[in-house]
Amino acid sequence: MLQRTPLHDRHQAAGAKLVDFAGWEMPLNYGSQIREHEQVRRAAGVFDVSHMGVVDVSGPGALAYLRYVLANDAGRLKEPGQAFYTCMLNHDGGVLDDLIVYYLSEGRYRIVVNAARREADLAWLREQAGGQDLRIRERSEMAMIAVQGPQAEACLGQAVDARLENRLAGLKPFRAAETGDWLVARTGYTGEDGFEIILPGRSAPDLWDHLTDAGAVPCGLGARDSLRLEAGLCLYGQDMDSATTPLEAALSWTVAWKPEDRDFIGRAALEGQRAEGPARRLVGLVLEGRGVLRHGQALHSDNGGEGEVTSGGYSPVLERSIALARIPVGDDGPWSVDMRGRALAVRLVRPPFVRNGQAFID
Amino acid sequence: MSNVPSDLKYASSHEWVRQEDDGTVTVGISDHAQDSLGDLVFVETPEIDGTVEAGEACAVVESVKAASDVYAPVAGTIVDTNSQLQDAPELVNTDPYGEGWIMRIRVDDPDALEELMDADDYEHFIAEEDEG
Repeated sequence: MLQRTPLHDRHQAAGAKLVDFAGWEMPLNYGSQIREHEQVRRAAGVFDVSHMGVVDVSGPGALAYLRYVLANDAGRLKEPGQAFYTCMLNHDGGVLDDLIVYYLSEGRYRIVVNAARREADLAWLREQAGGQDLRIRERSEMAMIAVQGPQAEACLGQAVDARLENRLAGLKPFRAAETGDWLVARTGYTGEDGFEIILPGRSAPDLWDHLTDAGAVPCGLGARDSLRLEAGLCLYGQDMDSATTPLEAALSWTVAWKPEDRDFIGRAALEGQRAEGPARRLVGLVLEGRGVLRHGQALHSDNGGEGEVTSGGYSPVLERSIALARIPVGDDGPWSVDMRGRALAVRLVRPPFVRNGQAFID
Repeated sequence: MSNVPSDLKYASSHEWVRQEDDGTVTVGISDHAQDSLGDLVFVETPEIDGTVEAGEACAVVESVKAASDVYAPVAGTIVDTNSQLQDAPELVNTDPYGEGWIMRIRVDDPDALEELMDADDYEHFIAEEDEG
């Protein structure tokens, strides 16, 4: 039996095509993924992301603990409401999950993890917490709604009361406002302005209705994937996993090397790889011809190098196929992809492909 | 529920076939097929004048979700393909039985069409597939 979010009947009423995603019955699209994608780039879309895991870490030992289990330094979160994106690593430096950490108030942190990793993450987090003065609590009663696009602020402003509306306007990217049992954060996974709202499941249907009344169009996981790909954002399980380090996934920026005396899980392994130089790197690809790059397709360079498409798809903004791919460091090609037995030329580019509705590459 | 016009024949690989008066058949993919694929972004049509065997993969439809082969429902010669799909692959989504047709085949043996499903059979077929 698949799990359902508190918005399940809203999805059915809106004609969603529902699919199994990590054990959750989630909307893939509500008719047309491309229309939903374009709506987010041009106006605003609303996504049910309640399948994601919300985990609160609190107590006097929370900060020291998070500084040890995460690759970025939770000590950098000084003001309540500050947040960052980072990875949780294993001892080999492999990525166990990527996540966002919100600093709520002294000794209170909230982590949002991938649906497919929620159980493994919780087990890992608890294993590392032994004997420390902190509490790890999964907040499965919480729902999560993302509203994304240039009109997201206007839509959300209309959907909430005046007091919260006032706080939204001054909210910078990667900042969150906690109000009662709601957390409203200026974060997202689309390359557009937008918000992610964590709120009790019982309040989620009303917020959903208010957002759609304000003009935000329901968008499914299909559009979420093509939007994040255009934005050059990694997807756990495709672009990186426990056998990939952040250095091999273009995620070095999510690792805090300083202060040097901060030990964190995976640090020794990462330092070693950093000193030697990683053998592989994550790049962006554009397919010059017709067709669609897909996860798992093999890449070949004229120099004999081999690589792999980690995430591929069609870019509605660029009107051609784009991808993230892992290739050997130092081999700039030319590269081609093996597409059903034919070699098609691909061009290496530096992601993002699209940001704030604008193409970032030729 | 997907649309299954009663005047067409269907293959188990989800192509539809319309018999034209001039001995050719028009072929496309069914409403059920386009709905499962999602938005189409590329259609690769076969070479005109090429010959195809029944069941031969001769076109490719690529959607936001996956690439999928289109099979020739009957053996014959490709006499025309839908050039509009180069720039407007979404016609397969919006009008799968009309503007979204893919190819026309001059059929080698008209009796071969009898092997295909009629609309009732195809409706049962997709209902069972959905349950499976």
